[in-house]
Parts: sequence; C-alpha cells; structure tokens
Amino acid sequence: MTTGVETPLEVAALDTAGTRHLVDLVFRIREFGIVAALALLVLVTASIQSRFLTQTELKFILQDTAIFALLALGETMVVVSRNVDLSIGSVVGLSAFVSANVFGQVPGVPIPVVFLVGLGIGLVCGAVNGLISAVGRVPSLVVTLATLYIIRGIDILVVGGGQVVASSLPNSFVLIPNESIGGVPYLAIVIAAVVVAGAYYLRSYRSGRELYAIGSNPDAARLGGIPIAKRVFTAFAVSGAIAGVAGVLYASRYGTIDSTAGTGYELQVIAAVVVGGVAIFGGSGTAIGAALGALLLNTIISALYVLGVSPFWDQAISGLLLITAIALDRGISVRLTAALRKRRSRLGA
Amino acid sequence: MGDNDVGEQTALLSLQHASKAFGAVQALEDVSLDLYPGEVHGLVGENGAGKSTLVKILAGVHSPEAGRLLVGGRDTVLSGPAAARDAGVAIIYQEPTLFPDLTVAENIFIGRQPLTTGRRIDGREMHRQVSAIFERLGVRLDPGRIARGLSIAEQQIVEIGKALSLDAKVIVMDEPTAALSAVEVARLFRVVETLREHGAAVLFISHRLGEVPQLCQRVTVLRDGKLVLTRPLAGLTTDDLVRAMVGREIQERAAGGRSTGEIVLQVERLTREGVFVDVSFDVRAGEIVALAGLVGAGRSEVATAIFGIDRYDAGSVKLGGRKLRRGSPTAAMAAGIGFVPEDRRQQGLVMEMSIAQNVALASLGRLGRIGFIRGAAEQRFAADWAVRLGLRYGRLTNPASSLSGGNQQKVVLAKWLGRNPALLIVDEPTRGIDVATKVEVHRLLTELAAEGVAVLMISSELPEVLLLADRILVMREGRLVTELAHTEATEERIVAAAAGGVSEEAA
Repeated sequence: MTTGVETPLEVAALDTAGTRHLVDLVFRIREFGIVAALALLVLVTASIQSRFLTQTELKFILQDTAIFALLALGETMVVVSRNVDLSIGSVVGLSAFVSANVFGQVPGVPIPVVFLVGLGIGLVCGAVNGLISAVGRVPSLVVTLATLYIIRGIDILVVGGGQVVASSLPNSFVLIPNESIGGVPYLAIVIAAVVVAGAYYLRSYRSGRELYAIGSNPDAARLGGIPIAKRVFTAFAVSGAIAGVAGVLYASRYGTIDSTAGTGYELQVIAAVVVGGVAIFGGSGTAIGAALGALLLNTIISALYVLGVSPFWDQAISGLLLITAIALDRGISVRLTAALRKRRSRLGA
Repeated sequence: MGDNDVGEQTALLSLQHASKAFGAVQALEDVSLDLYPGEVHGLVGENGAGKSTLVKILAGVHSPEAGRLLVGGRDTVLSGPAAARDAGVAIIYQEPTLFPDLTVAENIFIGRQPLTTGRRIDGREMHRQVSAIFERLGVRLDPGRIARGLSIAEQQIVEIGKALSLDAKVIVMDEPTAALSAVEVARLFRVVETLREHGAAVLFISHRLGEVPQLCQRVTVLRDGKLVLTRPLAGLTTDDLVRAMVGREIQERAAGGRSTGEIVLQVERLTREGVFVDVSFDVRAGEIVALAGLVGAGRSEVATAIFGIDRYDAGSVKLGGRKLRRGSPTAAMAAGIGFVPEDRRQQGLVMEMSIAQNVALASLGRLGRIGFIRGAAEQRFAADWAVRLGLRYGRLTNPASSLSGGNQQKVVLAKWLGRNPALLIVDEPTRGIDVATKVEVHRLLTELAAEGVAVLMISSELPEVLLLADRILVMREGRLVTELAHTEATEERIVAAAAGGVSEEAA
C-alpha cells in the first residue's frame, strides 16, 4: 500500500482499518436515519396540513415525548445488557397514583418530596426485578412479566375504585409540563439533558461500557471477570427509579389517574428503544437513539392526528416501524459480516 | 533453535505431580511441567491425551485433585479464570471469545480502562497503550475498530495484546494455528518470538508437529493423561515425537479392498456465497470419502448444506439419482441420510433426555403407534443398539450426559444407524474420544461401509483420514482443491493441499 516492506497481514490489517470507517458510518447512520425520517415526516405532514407546525402542536409532541424518552433511557440500560424490563408501565401507574395521592394526604407537601416518593417506589420495584433476574439468574423476560402483573395488581389494590383528579393537585404541580421557554417545555429540556448525561455515562464510564460488554457476549464477560450480577442489578434499579419519576411526571401531565395509568407503556418504550437503534439482544445502541425513537413514534401519532387519520393506524404504524427497524438491524449486521468475510477470503487470510 | 540454558533460572510456572479425573476417566495423572522465562515450550499429544485438561488447570477452570502449582516460585491456587489472570497466566484459545460490539481497544482493556481524574474512561490513553502494544508485537491493527468481523488470527492478536496489557508472564496458546493460513501462522510465530525475547514463557500446543521444532526450545509429550517425556527439541525428529505420542503401533485395518457399488450421493457445483464455491463430488455405496482441510475451510458447511440444515445458493445434491430439496433436513432424512454432527453435546444429543430416548429420537415414527411413542418399544430398540455398538452405560434411562464422550458418540451413531441410512455423514467422529473407543468407532465405520453404506467423513485428524478413507477430498478456503486416492495419499500431500502455502493475492 505505502511502503514496499509490508507483510501481507499488515496489508490485511490496514485494510480492516478502512472498513472501520464503513462500520462507524453504518452505526452513525442508525441515528441519522431516525433524524432523516423525522425530518421527512415533519416536512410531508406540514406541507399537507400547515397546522402541524404550530407551537402548540410541537409543544404537545415534546410534552408527550419527554416521559417516553426518559423511560427509554432506563430501558436502554437494561436492553443493552441483553435483558428487558417489562414492568415499567405498571411502575409508572403505581408511582403516579401514590405520589399524586400524597398531595391529598399531606396538604402543602413540597413537590420535590413527591418526586422522591415516586423515585423510591420505582427504586424498590426495580431492585426486586434486578434481584430476581441478576442474582437469582431468572430470565428477565419472565421476571418482569411477572412483576408487570404483580405491580399492576398492587396498584389496583391501592387505587381501589377511586381516582385522583387534577383539581385535587396543586397548581404548581400540574403546571410542570406546561412551563416553557420559547415554546419548548422546560421538562423536555431537562429530560433531554438527563438523556444526554445517561448516554454519556454509558459511553464513557467503566460500568457503562461493561453493560454493553455483558450484552455483547455474556460468556466473555464472565470469563473477563466483569461483575455481571452487580451491573445488571444496577441497570434494573435505575430503570425502575426512572419509571418511578416518570410516574410522577405522568401525574402532573394528565392530572386524572386511575388504576389503568401507564398501561402498555412498557411496549411503547421498548418499541422506541428498538426503533432508536438499540439492538434487542444487547451490545449496541445509545440512549440518545432511543430518545429519538420515542420522538419519532410520538411525532407519527401527532401527524396522523393532524392529518385526520383514524387513531386505529397509530398502533399499526408503530408496529410497522418496529419491524422495519429490526429488519434493518438484522440486514445491516448480516451484510456487514458477509462483507467482512468476503474481504477476508479475498485476502487469502 | 538456540541453546537451551534454562536450568539455572526459576521457573515462571511450575506444575508438580498434577492429577485430575472426570468420573471414571483419569484425564491427567502425575503430570509435571516447568515453564522458564524466555522459552517457548511445545505440548503435544493425541486428542484425549490430557492437553485440554492441562490447559484448563492453568486457566483456573479445573482444579487438580493432586499436585501443586507454583507461579513465580510461590504456591498458587487458581480458583477461577480471574485468579489465573491475576497470577499472570493468560490463555489464548483457538477461537477467542471477544465482545463483538466493542472496539479492539475496549476488548483489551474491558474493566481496566485507563481513567481520567473524573473516573471517565480515557479513550485517547487507552488507544495509545493499545497502539504501543501492537507496535511491540509488530502488528498493525486499528484499536478503534469494533471486533465484529475480525479474522481468527486478528482475534488472537487481540487476546495476545490483552495478555501483554495484563503483563502476563505465562502465555498458554491452545492450538492457535489450527484455523490459520500459512501467512497468518508465520505472523503468529513472529509475535511469539517477540514475546519470548521479552522474557515471557509460552506454552505452545499444536497438532501440527512440524511447527513445534520451528518455534519451541523444549517439548513435553502427553499420552493417555500421563507424561511421556519433557526434553529439549534439539536432536528430536518429528518421527520421535510421533512415536512418543502414540507409544505403540495401533493395530488397525487399513481402508481399501472393499468393493464399491452405485453412486449414492452426487453433489454438483454446490455453492454458498462466501462459504464454499463450486463443490462437486460423489460418494458410492460401500465407500468412505473424507473431506480434509483446515478448520474454517468450509467442510462442515458443505455437510450441513447437504443435510439441509443450511441453504445453498447454487448447485444440486442428488441422492440415489434423485434431486434433494434444499434446506430441508426432513427431506434429507426421508431420502436416507444420517448426520452425526461435529458438536455432539450441542447438536447430536439432547443431553437431559435418557440414553434410550436419544437412540430412538430419529426413529420415532416406526416406534410409535398412532402418534404415541411406546416406551417399551423404545427401550427394546435402544437396548438392541447398545449391545450392537458395545455401549458402556449404567441404565438406559440415565440421561445422555452421564455417558463418556466416546459412548455419547456411539449413541449419536446408533440414532442414525437405527434408520438404516444409505448415506451417513460424520463430522469429526472421534473428536475428544479416548483411544480405545476411537478404534471401535473406526471399526464401526469400516463395517458400515462393508455393508454398503456410503460414508462421508469430515476429520481434522490426518491419521484417521489416511486410515479409513478410500478417497480424500481436500478443501481450502471454500474450494475443493485436490482429490487423493487412498493409495496415493500421505500426510504431507494433504497438509500441502490444505494449507496451500502462500496464497496468490497475498504474495
């Protein structure tokens, strides 16, 4: 390639350095792809129905996305380690009711305390998930499916037939999702910052990278002495805590909370995570991608609403997007492996 | 190689009188091994001689029942892989397990990444250190690329880099060259030479006896779990090594002399993109045809394509003149193919099910009545085959996992023989099987051929290939490169064809 004294393997190694850029590009494209899809969606929708680009509409989208993006951060940590947390929807419901109920029980309670209550509830739920699946080595799919029902059951017991209504909540609490600067809700800004911080942690800290390592090759992780149980437990605890906080936000956003609050959120969040480029079998993907996935799914729902399409299509289109994302993921990895393999056999290595 | 003046030094690692048994099988008996700084020590022996057990003891996976281990002159107990790593012992496996989604540098430093003041990972420093290590090894590999898609040779380099980053003094290489091309082997040898110059002790395990005198200063030979010899290589010939490994002339009847019948299997221009290309051959009734070649040459892939486990892109497979539907093991079985896979634990047996159930697994249709399996018929069927194959077992209702490797393989064979196959494909039929059972499996395959079954055998053990096969087809990099008749085949000719010397593009 450059000098005349290189041995063949060096040529091969150099050549793989070239493929690195290809590989990097492919992985970056995953996030570019979502942004491109978003841009296209917004453009097309706005050209048909200009109402779509009003501040009110954009604010709605961001308010809706914020909670999902936050939940997607926790779910990303879990999925990246080749696990899944199905219980977050139920945690959101339980936390939403209990924390909102605090206002009725303890008049004048400071809002941060209510957030701590939600966080605590979520942390306990997440710790239970983590304990059973990481320490007890039970597949997390089964564990969190069980806790999905158990926590929902507890929620129903606690709520009974009643519900919390917005009028019983303090104004300052209900207004949290509405406060905005230049049309952008504060909440969205704060959550964006949290997601970026979370993504940075996963990328730049040992324990974060180890979650990727565990998901990438659990056997190698075990042989490499990575504290798998500890890391996975932490991921579940954080995911639970985040779901707890998201529950409080749910209460402030919707005001009315009964025992069905948050039902089905887990699947929407997992859909966002996968659409956002997090590999469902772990090892790769970012929290930012997952947040963008949540934004894309919510924007679609809003676009369909603005265009007057029946909400029936919401779910069908989310599903279609999910399959596209998974097919894309699979296609890319198959192509990539095949490309690298062919390159190798061509070099006679 | 140079003089071997190691007597004065302290051994970096010293295993003394180690023994290890698995159930009734004595895998290792009173074996001692000293590794000195600056030496490459060869370890040879037949499959089942105890090499893997020895490696696993050094890796901290198995703990010996007797004997002691000194590392750097101090008594050491390796309680697990992490303990071995901390003691400065690194193992390079034939096929390393990396994190495919992480970068090369992260694979080397996972859990130990250099940190900045804020406990963040210092990516730049990590890359710098990895580059320095690769420079020391004289290899060029991009620390920032992800590990997915690295060749086996490159993966080994990553593992060696990890060993160096851990400052490992003892590096054990378990058949590192088995899956490498000639060019890559030369590169690996240079790396090993560099390690040696830096004062490391390398334990080098290889089936390719020619490599041992090239690289090593001393050699240890194991046979049936016992130490046969440890001595400097100077003055030893490859023949001496073979004699030490085998220890006796194994009396086995050679192949050939059988009359062959009609063509049973006809493979025409079979191609699977990126795996194998344009493979054509046939196998006659009563004939044993061996597919030889290096690991990764595409032999097993051809076999799984014939049996319908994997699809192929072009070409055809005919059995008894009739074209076989592609990608359908059910069709292959119905046409009379039996398939004994490479990995009997994962693919050949259902380890939790009983011996009898495993034997009957491929014949359930005949053993049942209106869809219900009759336990009694299953037992009779299994008992019959157990006697015929000389199976050594406790009870037929015991799980298959209770059997030794050789007897497990007999169960897999019985499963297929119960169907009276026209063609039997056996992939590495004697891997990890003790010498005595190996001879029985050989006898069994020869008898089957004599009864008119067509046998397609894949084996990496050349003596086995030379002994059993009527014809030997050699594959290299997905292509069929040579066909040798039993009479003209020698170990050298097969190896030369399989390795192919320096490949055209690279030269």
